[in-house]
Amino acid sequence: MKVTLHDATLRDGNHAIQHQLDCQDVIAYCKAAELAGISALEVGHGNGLGASSFQVGLSKHSDSELLSIARNNLQKTKLAVHMMPGFATIARDLGPALDIGVDLVRLGAHCTEADISERHIRYVIGRNREVVGSLMMSHMVGKHKLLEEAKKFQEYGALGVSLYDSAGAYLPEDVKEKISYLVNGLEIDVGFHAHNNLGMAIANSVVAVQYGAKMIDGAIMGFGAGAGNAQLEVLVAVFEKMEIETGIDLYKVLDCARLAANSFVKKAPLISPTSIVSGLAGVFSGFSKHVEKAAQQYGVDARDIFFELGKRKVIGGQEDLILEVAAQLKRNLKRN
Amino acid sequence: MKITKKTNVAIIGTGKIGIDLLYKINRSENLKCVLVSGRSAASDGLMIAQKLGVPTSDHGIDAVLEHENIDIIFDATSAAAHLKHWQLIEKTGIGMIDMTPSKLGKSVVPAVNIEEAKSTQHVNMISCGGQSSIPIINAISSVVNEIDYVELVSSISSKSAGSATRVNLDEYIDNTERAILDFSKSKRSKVILILNPAEPPVNMQTSISFKINNPPMDLIVEAVRRQVTSVKKYVPGYDLLFEPKQVDDNRVVVMLKVTGAGDYLPKYAGNLDIINCAAVAVAEVMAGSIKLLNQSVGN
Repeated sequence: MKVTLHDATLRDGNHAIQHQLDCQDVIAYCKAAELAGISALEVGHGNGLGASSFQVGLSKHSDSELLSIARNNLQKTKLAVHMMPGFATIARDLGPALDIGVDLVRLGAHCTEADISERHIRYVIGRNREVVGSLMMSHMVGKHKLLEEAKKFQEYGALGVSLYDSAGAYLPEDVKEKISYLVNGLEIDVGFHAHNNLGMAIANSVVAVQYGAKMIDGAIMGFGAGAGNAQLEVLVAVFEKMEIETGIDLYKVLDCARLAANSFVKKAPLISPTSIVSGLAGVFSGFSKHVEKAAQQYGVDARDIFFELGKRKVIGGQEDLILEVAAQLKRNLKRN
Repeated sequence: MKITKKTNVAIIGTGKIGIDLLYKINRSENLKCVLVSGRSAASDGLMIAQKLGVPTSDHGIDAVLEHENIDIIFDATSAAAHLKHWQLIEKTGIGMIDMTPSKLGKSVVPAVNIEEAKSTQHVNMISCGGQSSIPIINAISSVVNEIDYVELVSSISSKSAGSATRVNLDEYIDNTERAILDFSKSKRSKVILILNPAEPPVNMQTSISFKINNPPMDLIVEAVRRQVTSVKKYVPGYDLLFEPKQVDDNRVVVMLKVTGAGDYLPKYAGNLDIINCAAVAVAEVMAGSIKLLNQSVGN
């Protein structure tokens, strides 16, 4: 059996350091990933192309700076980007990224909104690059809706569709149910992108593969939003033990982890109390830094903010609501 | 009692924007909708228009061209379709209010530059996000010396985003970013649009962030409050959700909520309401001047 691992370290990991990834670190990690035989490496702002903003955080370096230096340091490993319509546009962001030489576009849409990506997917195909679809926050709807949306990606020409557990809310049973349903219902490859809020990232990734997923996302040392992603070097080791081929050299991916630990991973992602609550509440992992900051500013409990956001069914990109919820919780405190 | 003749208007496009417009036009004292034209005879929108007793056609722009008595057209199709429509309409002298983010036509935001509608045949309504944010952005711009950057984030309910809106996301962003620069001192702008599928559907919410050094908060708060009152005159559901607040050294945040009138879609669809209320306000002003324009074209 064979599985393709997509490395989200230099994109999802950017959430963990408020999008302050440094060019030197990109260069060093690209070289190490190339040596390890990583199939595709995603680079950029945590929310993808065009997302640098007050709303979700300002990038230290622009998309084009990060992508250009990554391009110069990758040969066999594909240079990948994450992009979400509504944040990025073809003219402002996607076109220039392809001009720099991006090989693979992972086109994200909230799990019920795949149709906003049609033009962007067709554009990438028209420029002879690879494109896969990503259904974000996929814990929020059932398998039937997910298949319906995944079929849209398939119809537009995407090579595969990944379910993103953006909130780290899945349990293995959920993975089994949804992944197997998509694998049976689609002609294209299915993938899974885990977050570790409930400590399930590796287990969920393994279950995904057992039920037919062909693309699995990981990040070195789990370096990703909130409680982090599936730890890439652990995935490689576990798949090796399961005799599943990844094409990645174990020792060299372990070297990647050492390099990361000694440079940009200042603090390895931890399942913090707020991350646990975030996973339980089903709130996007990328919110955690913003929630912690707002909790401090307003003198309210970060856990209360997460549960209230969960009740309101917020999705990625609605970070502005954190301030409003914090202000409301503070008013409630005063009243009591 | 003074009896004034109503101005005849037509709507092309029978999606959410087009049909919500029809309800609002029917309430106007100055406008009369004499045609709703779509492309599919079986569309829900055309059936609703028929029930409301308005003449309909499934011949799109052709039906408008054949009609002999139309003064103003609302184009509620898509940015791409609008390019063709305008080519056909320009020489007729008929007034055109473009609801799509096509970037053609004079951008008008009633609270800021409604007067411009008197002297132009072709108005562009920018976008729902533009109509909700630009009054505030313009008001703040008028009380500060410099703005480095304006960022607009709108969340709307998925149910309120029809197929043209979904296809036009890039145009929505591009057109709104440009309009923000045109209507303010800001040097840069960024627009983000989020479609939220939550049930019950979420109200349209708009957050605007400004990068301003040493923001004069008292002046800003006063200017924003005053502007909200002006906008409420033509968009009753327009409210401040979060008064201008300085967060961090140089960032000022304002949040708005737009509750719809509940015409075609329920009240959550404030995004339909704000652009449509603004378009009706523009049409009412245009109505007074369009006949003059027609005469000059005729001569």
